[in-house]
Amino acid sequence: MNLDPHIPSGPLAEKWHRHQFECKLVNPANRRRYTIIIVGTGLAGAAAAAALGELGYNVLSFCIQDSPRRAHSIAAQGVINAAKNYSNDGDSIWRLFYDTIKGGDYRAREANVHRLAQVSVDIIDHCVAQGVPFAREYGGLLDNRSFGGAQVSRTFYCRGQTGQQLLLGAYQSMMCQVNRGTVKVFSRREMLDLVVAEGRARGIVVRNLTTGELECYEGHAVLLATGGYGNAWYLSTNAVNSNVTAAYRCHRRGAGFANPCFAQIHPTCIPMSGDHQSKLTLMSESLRNDGRVWVPKTQGDRRKPAEIPEAERDYFLERKYPSFGNLVPRDVASRNAKEVCDDGRGVGDSGLSVYLDFSDSIQRLGRNAIEEKYGNLFHMYQKITDENPYESPMRIYPAIHYTMGGLWVDYNLMSTIPGLHVLGEANFSDHGANRLGASALMQGLADGYFVIPTTVAHYLAGIPQARLSTDHEAFRDVSAAVQARLDRMLRISGSRTPRQFHRELGRILWDQAGMSRNEAGLKDALARIPKLREEFWQDVRVPGEANNLNQSLEYAGRVADYLEFGELIARDALERRESCGGHFREESQTPDNEAMRDDAHFQHAAVWEYTGEGKTPNFHKEPLVFENVTPTQRSYA
Amino acid sequence: MNLKLLVWRQKGPQAPGRMVEYPAPDVSPDMSFLEMLDVVNEGLIRKGEDPIAFDSDCREGICGMCSLVVNGVPHGPDRAATVCQLHMRRFHDGETIVVEPWRAAAFPVVKDLIVDRSAFDRIVAAGGYNTVKAGGAPDGNSILIPKDQAEQAMDAAQCIGCGACVAACKNASAALFVSAKVQHLASVPQGQPERYRRVRAMIAQLDREGFGSCSNEGECEAVCPKQIPIANIAAMNRDYVRAMMPGPLALALGGITEAFEDD
Ligand SMILES: Cc1cc2nc3c(=O)[nH]c(=O)nc-3n(C[C@H](O)[C@H](O)[C@H](O)COP(=O)(O)OP(=O)(O)OC[C@H]3O[C@@H](n4cnc5c(N)ncnc54)[C@H](O)[C@@H]3O)c2cc1C
Ligand code: FES
Repeated sequence: MNLDPHIPSGPLAEKWHRHQFECKLVNPANRRRYTIIIVGTGLAGAAAAAALGELGYNVLSFCIQDSPRRAHSIAAQGVINAAKNYSNDGDSIWRLFYDTIKGGDYRAREANVHRLAQVSVDIIDHCVAQGVPFAREYGGLLDNRSFGGAQVSRTFYCRGQTGQQLLLGAYQSMMCQVNRGTVKVFSRREMLDLVVAEGRARGIVVRNLTTGELECYEGHAVLLATGGYGNAWYLSTNAVNSNVTAAYRCHRRGAGFANPCFAQIHPTCIPMSGDHQSKLTLMSESLRNDGRVWVPKTQGDRRKPAEIPEAERDYFLERKYPSFGNLVPRDVASRNAKEVCDDGRGVGDSGLSVYLDFSDSIQRLGRNAIEEKYGNLFHMYQKITDENPYESPMRIYPAIHYTMGGLWVDYNLMSTIPGLHVLGEANFSDHGANRLGASALMQGLADGYFVIPTTVAHYLAGIPQARLSTDHEAFRDVSAAVQARLDRMLRISGSRTPRQFHRELGRILWDQAGMSRNEAGLKDALARIPKLREEFWQDVRVPGEANNLNQSLEYAGRVADYLEFGELIARDALERRESCGGHFREESQTPDNEAMRDDAHFQHAAVWEYTGEGKTPNFHKEPLVFENVTPTQRSYA
Repeated sequence: MNLKLLVWRQKGPQAPGRMVEYPAPDVSPDMSFLEMLDVVNEGLIRKGEDPIAFDSDCREGICGMCSLVVNGVPHGPDRAATVCQLHMRRFHDGETIVVEPWRAAAFPVVKDLIVDRSAFDRIVAAGGYNTVKAGGAPDGNSILIPKDQAEQAMDAAQCIGCGACVAACKNASAALFVSAKVQHLASVPQGQPERYRRVRAMIAQLDREGFGSCSNEGECEAVCPKQIPIANIAAMNRDYVRAMMPGPLALALGGITEAFEDD
């Protein structure tokens, strides 16, 4: 597997500009002769469709939802980073680059991250021109907030709906191109496989979710912008249709999968209330600014929180991390919550939550001040849980939130399959082992608006213009295989629903490959997942037919892929015998239980090559070279 | 609690539909409405029956995908909320709940509770945007926008495009949806160059899609999960009148600054 990252030469700050100049171009008159398939209409996919349509390419855009505007990006509540230094607090492209590399615990590629920081400034300008209603100050300037422990105020926001507004901006620009005839939208379509012909990605096979028919589409390049795979763990903050299918199917066709075990867990989510739970709702991290996290000191203490005297409460974050207290990073807060719950001191009916208590802040600042800051969140919490957080403490628990792993790409965002490019959360490139808050939105838009227009042109200019018929045997073979798999699922007619299998897989991954991982647990997962997969193929029950709208069949297909992919997560976590970022291996920690990296052995991206069903995948490394920053070990003691 | 559901079942766009009764036993008050349907569906699958098809994605009130009429009200009894944010504690033991899809000629039923809202996409494609090239924009702070103007734009921009406004309206009018986009972009300086062209093009498409006319019933505002006010419709109508006036008159009123060759 060729893992040459194709990093341009020259000093870090000049690489991107140099590369832009060195990349081949496609003549404006020729662009309409090239068809580009874009799967996904989140920030990455919609931005790419808008930008490439505007350049004059023939773009085909696909999404699962009934409209491109509903992609999962719409749900991002928070903020987006950009190194504008409008706040005059010493921010710069270099600082954003540095924070991102360090935040990723030195497991990302310098050149990619620097480019991301560079184009971040253009994103804001472009979005303003689209009419995105960013928050403003009284004087009319763009307002900034500090976020997620960053020491500068570099985030931009639209109330609590930043992802929504950025996505609508991209969607509208894309629809403008639909009007001009450069972009065609195919919604309610699910990509079920990639077509590779003569060594290049040349098309996709999708299922029309309305009619159930399989459809083939041909293009000169395929851009995958299908988001993250957090739902492999069953419960996550992701939208329910988010999945790994498109990426995993490409992996099966030869695309290397990088760092699948890198997942981010968010500490402040509303805990689950029962087996019926279908997703977890994120509560803004800012709550930890004024809330104190605690559990009872004694195990199994079932008293109401108000009846537990101060002396019998364990404010475990404040106790263990006196200088950072409740504001320790996401992974540290999450891991500690799990620890106290595993110790039998968790609260709520399930024992799987910890208190986030605002009573001190309410006493100190008054209820009004708290309401002004967090009114929306408190309201949302009360609606979901029927508990009033002004009167009794909130209950929170960590949940899977974002996946840093993804298909391996080079500097041009091209995977190991020529012509297959991967954008947004679906690739692995910019966040290393841990993503900073406000950086996913930035990366999606950077990839779509600014990076891919340059790099895909370079690719297209170097390949033949000839088209490939969808009658070509490559299409026929792939679509026959897809159809056979669907038919097979429908024929089993067993006794368990796809959801039961998904829930079971989620439990294995959450327990063994979640917040904290160890060799024995991962080996156990590696033994149990294949067994569960076997049971799935013998005992799953999928009602209905293939040639009709059939949501059970859609779901079963995704679960079947999670059952293969889950094994890859566990394998990758087992192979990485160090702790870094969101990946915590119990065997690799400092004396005060902090994550301990092992740069001598693991300063690389781990890339997996598919070798066949049920076979052990081949393992490759892309070494990471740090020429501009020196890796340091973080400490919060 | 134990509930009874009366659900609209329809195999496909051409097939006739009917209401079918299902028991929903052991419903926990902590379930969301959609989770309750998930559980009912799990039971149906195990019995080998076709589960109830319905749309959802984010399940936190922002994507606009969920679209159920509950007891006659789009998104159900809670104000300012989508049906995915509705919880079962809102109902009582023994209750019968009626669940139907959005009903409007411009939103044909695809299956059961799923409808086709692609008309909304076509309306946006007709003109619901600012035309901008990636990379060509001036600095974001080069044009100042007063805070309240930005807030006003945001108020309108919040629309999630769910279509509840259409489902609630006896005319099946999409005026609230269109006006929210028109007003969002009319409220920012960057939206001015295409302001009148936009409103004309979007309304022309609205008519082509077969939505009804607005007769100021206000049902749309009442069910809107984002509480977008009908004042937007009045503002849109004002822009539309300006946009439709012949050149000189419109110019005098500060309206049109360009000629239209097309609708
Ligand atoms: C609750 C929440 C809050 C967040 N808040 C923030 C924040 O404040 N700041 C921040 O920077 N980040 C935030 N994030 C992360 C960020 O929202 C995501 O990482 C980002 O939006 C992903 O964008 P994307 O374009 O890569 O993919 P997505 O938006 O996930 O889009 C995926 C697209 O691919 C399509 N698709 C998927 N599979 C297939 C298939 N098989 N066939 C066809 N189409 C397919 C889908 O239909 C969809 O259109 C948040 C995430 C969550 C869950
Ligand atoms: S499912 Fe997204 S708004 Fe209801």
